[in-house]
Amino acid sequence: MNLLSFVSALMIPLLTLYVIGYGLLRKKDCYEIFVRGAKEGVHTALEILPTLIGLMTAVSVLRASGFLEAFSEKLGIFTGYIGLPAQLVPLCVVRLFSNSAAVGLLTDLYARYGTDSVIGYTASLIMCCTETLFYTMSLYLMHVGIRKSRFVLPGAMLSVLAGIAASIWLGRMV
Amino acid sequence: MLNFLWAGMLLLGIVYAAFNGTLPEVTEGCLNGAKEAVELCLSVAGVVAFWNGLMTIAKESGLVSLAARRVRPFLVWLMPGLKGQDEALDAISVNMAANVLGLGWAATPAGLKAMEKLEKIEEERRRDQAQMLPTEQRNLRRTWHGKAMPEGVANNEMCTFLILNISSLQLIPVNVIAYRSQYGSVDPAAVVGPGIVATAVSTGVAVVFCKMMNRRKASGKK
Repeated sequence: MNLLSFVSALMIPLLTLYVIGYGLLRKKDCYEIFVRGAKEGVHTALEILPTLIGLMTAVSVLRASGFLEAFSEKLGIFTGYIGLPAQLVPLCVVRLFSNSAAVGLLTDLYARYGTDSVIGYTASLIMCCTETLFYTMSLYLMHVGIRKSRFVLPGAMLSVLAGIAASIWLGRMV
Repeated sequence: MLNFLWAGMLLLGIVYAAFNGTLPEVTEGCLNGAKEAVELCLSVAGVVAFWNGLMTIAKESGLVSLAARRVRPFLVWLMPGLKGQDEALDAISVNMAANVLGLGWAATPAGLKAMEKLEKIEEERRRDQAQMLPTEQRNLRRTWHGKAMPEGVANNEMCTFLILNISSLQLIPVNVIAYRSQYGSVDPAAVVGPGIVATAVSTGVAVVFCKMMNRRKASGKK
């Protein structure tokens, strides 16, 4: 765990150093490129605002109605056996369909349990190691007109489950 | 799909609230959710923009293509059928390098291009196979990719590429770090190290699964 927090602390500064150092060595105008890239970044970040508003509001409604809590409580009876905290179940499911909705659930968990609690931490890790499975699959396969996806779904599901299991295990170690 | 997810969440929430007597809270939740989304989006935009700027430097100075060249031998090991298929390998490796560095906007176009190239390869296989004698066609079972897939069916390479893509390859989860910082984490970047381990586990399982599926097909069992 010490090694991991070491990596966490150093990764961003070292990568920044490496990228800028490499850019200078290759005689690039780093600042000009950075500003151009950052502009694009602002654009992509703000572009998701409408979806984020829509889906975060929906999550917020679901939470305020008391449904999420009741649902998690019922599920807890089953998921307790496999060590998955019931509060994380909605996140795990929604994550497969929509990134924005998952962000809504993630921030809801942050607000309720705190970012550095076991739940907040595990939820962060689940967000890191999984992708929007169904969205990615349909985007890529539909692009080339594929209708039979053969072993994509079982393989991707397996890797998502492995990621969730690893997140739970790592989350407990903190 | 999102249509049902979004509408479903809202309708379910409102109907449940009506029975549960929490409709006033739902009104408040509606307002708060929308407000929170804007705040979150704005505060995350800074970090995302910085990262994107930095990674644009990496891309234009040739670091991304350097990383892409490094993953190529691994890709050939994973998908031996692509040996010598430079166009497809290039697109796949750029997609992966961009995913690792968190450059979503560069990853998706390369990924879609990779799918096109893979479809073209399968078309060539179909054409070659149509010109073969029956005995030669039987021998195809012993090659890595087996018989050509009919139109509209994903080949082994597509499956492997997609599974790997969905298993997530990101090295630094910039967005999650930004969300954590917005919600008051004492150490937002603490997820980087464990995040790499969790990603390695999901990707490792994906690699093993793909290798097994590909082997089963090549030996002609199914």
